[in-house]
Amino acid sequence: MGSEADTGIESPDGAANPIETDYEIGQDNIQTEIGPFGLDVHNPVFMISGLSIVAFVFLTLAFQESVGPMFNDLRGWLTSTFDWFFLSAANIFVILCLFLIVSPLGRVRLGGADATPDYSYSGWFAMLFAAGMGIGLMFYGVSEPISHFSSSIGGTAFGDDGMRTDWAPLGAAVGDADAAFDLGMAATIFHWGLHPWAIYATVALALALFSFNKGLPLTMRSVFYPIFGERVWGWTGHVIDILAVFATLFGLATSLGFGAEQANAGLDFLFGISVTDGSKVFLIIAITGVALISVLAGLDAGVKRLSEINMVLAALLLLFVVLVGPTMDIIKGFFTSLVAYVEYLPALSNPVGRADTNFSQGWTSFYWAWWISWSPFVGMFIARVSRGRTVREFITCVLIIPSLVCVFWMTAFGGTAVHMVSEGVTAIAEAGLPIKLFTMLEQLPMHAITSFLGIILVIVFFVTSSDSGSLVIDTITAGGKVDAPVPQRVFWCTFEGLVAIALLLGGGLGSLQAMAVSTGFPFAIVLLLACFSIIQGLRTEPAAVGPKSEATKADD
Amino acid sequence: MYQKMLVPVDLAHIDKMEKAIQTAIDLATHYKSELCFLAVGTNTPSSVAHSPKEFEQKLSDFAQETAGKSGLKVSADAEIAHDLATDLSKILVRKADELGTDVIVMASHIPGIADHIFSSHGGYVASHADQSVFLVR
Repeated sequence: MGSEADTGIESPDGAANPIETDYEIGQDNIQTEIGPFGLDVHNPVFMISGLSIVAFVFLTLAFQESVGPMFNDLRGWLTSTFDWFFLSAANIFVILCLFLIVSPLGRVRLGGADATPDYSYSGWFAMLFAAGMGIGLMFYGVSEPISHFSSSIGGTAFGDDGMRTDWAPLGAAVGDADAAFDLGMAATIFHWGLHPWAIYATVALALALFSFNKGLPLTMRSVFYPIFGERVWGWTGHVIDILAVFATLFGLATSLGFGAEQANAGLDFLFGISVTDGSKVFLIIAITGVALISVLAGLDAGVKRLSEINMVLAALLLLFVVLVGPTMDIIKGFFTSLVAYVEYLPALSNPVGRADTNFSQGWTSFYWAWWISWSPFVGMFIARVSRGRTVREFITCVLIIPSLVCVFWMTAFGGTAVHMVSEGVTAIAEAGLPIKLFTMLEQLPMHAITSFLGIILVIVFFVTSSDSGSLVIDTITAGGKVDAPVPQRVFWCTFEGLVAIALLLGGGLGSLQAMAVSTGFPFAIVLLLACFSIIQGLRTEPAAVGPKSEATKADD
Repeated sequence: MYQKMLVPVDLAHIDKMEKAIQTAIDLATHYKSELCFLAVGTNTPSSVAHSPKEFEQKLSDFAQETAGKSGLKVSADAEIAHDLATDLSKILVRKADELGTDVIVMASHIPGIADHIFSSHGGYVASHADQSVFLVR
């Protein structure tokens, strides 16, 4: 792993086409000392987002009783009114990414024609995964296939107003276990496959392109230079960056909330530590503490190392489930699920005229909003570690491969669980969402060890998310500077934990999800504009096929 | 007594480094040693440079300018860090060995990086490097 870390400078970067601007990175920053801490922050962006977050934490904690229902109404209204918008936007991102893989624009290399990758494939993939899905895979890996399977086999139901009251995807598959399994897996993979990764890839590509090739600061506003010109350095840009900070913070807090909920449920399951608000808060504080240590250790010694450890642990758990569970069913299930996914994809991604409103609004819209609210964070993190890849390689690796791994993960965990349920193990279907994973592991041998491994995985994913999230928010609020003083990251890391605690106490997971959806909506509009910028940006880049390419020779 | 002197350079705060660099030049002249400028940057655009290549260029220009002024042999070495804020001190110590230097002359407490809770870069280098370290405050 060590050698690739030093390659940054030896090779020339080759041809690129930077944007000429008078803006100097850090020109709007204030550098000051608060007590013993040195600060270097972007003036309006840091002030506004920092103060709003502090105010948010206090207000939510002060009015715990009344904020819960308010957040739930907000989430319901947004996902039901704008479901068509979320679904269409996600489709556009998928189409853009697939187009870029096959189009000649895919030959552009991030960082200039002769740039070399900073990280090896293994380190790179580990970080992609830990940042992109992490806790979600642990939380939903068993529970989502089971939910869709159960609701599909239950068939459709109608309320008095003629609207569907069931939660089944599409037309359900009443009484037919095989069809319900296929439909359930297709629906799950739909939520964890191409669409989320396309959202991430779009944001990451935009950031990497405008930073590494165009020479603009590594922050969301730079992406909009082709649209707004010099105005991105003024209030237009401030608003974009502040939105990105909010989206990241609430998206992260949602995941942290899920993580705390599940770690607590797992600890209760294994060691009888009761699930209370107090123990969840304690877990968030303890894990944020570990994240702080990782923050202080830096990108290579912290996030990268933890991500690699986690990839190994996750692979072990996956391998265990595949070997000990119904092996042949899982392998067969991988292919049948993949086929089912392709088959149902057009119907599932259709944004208008859906009969299955509970599913498309309650599940799909929520997921899309959640992924979108995560995207500045995951996108910026992916961008930062992806210098030196070509656009085609980048999208293939960020879109196709993680999607396939997710399919395999879901078929292994979900498939095994569905298999158990159909063999009469009702405990899994009856267990609460956070506990489903552990109930399934209990059916397999050595469950004490595997459940413990599961808890460790949840916690380490929690730490890597919190750590890399702080890194990203700090970069945005420092106007694109990646070398701002470390105490700022400590501030953001602490407040991610506090936001998660405030939201958990003020209405539980419902509030977390509501805030993620609310910040996802405005950001989806921002991302649609970014698609246009990406095409514009790529068209002005010299294409390259590899190091020492034609494009560079012509320059020499 | 000293053959090769490592001088870490912060290209973003070159104005604040005058004292340290003058000290290095005086010492190097006295001991007839070679100067080695080391700058650590990021692979993302910064206030110093838009790309690692430009960063390298700026450092080597600065080294040549110093060589012209002082008549000493000045080499330049640019390094890219994945996470500059946390890795800088460790990189300085590692490069001091790799470049075969036998003394380090560096400025300490450049605003924005140094502070009291986390050890300053100069403090870290002084306590971890094998070489003699001259901290210029």
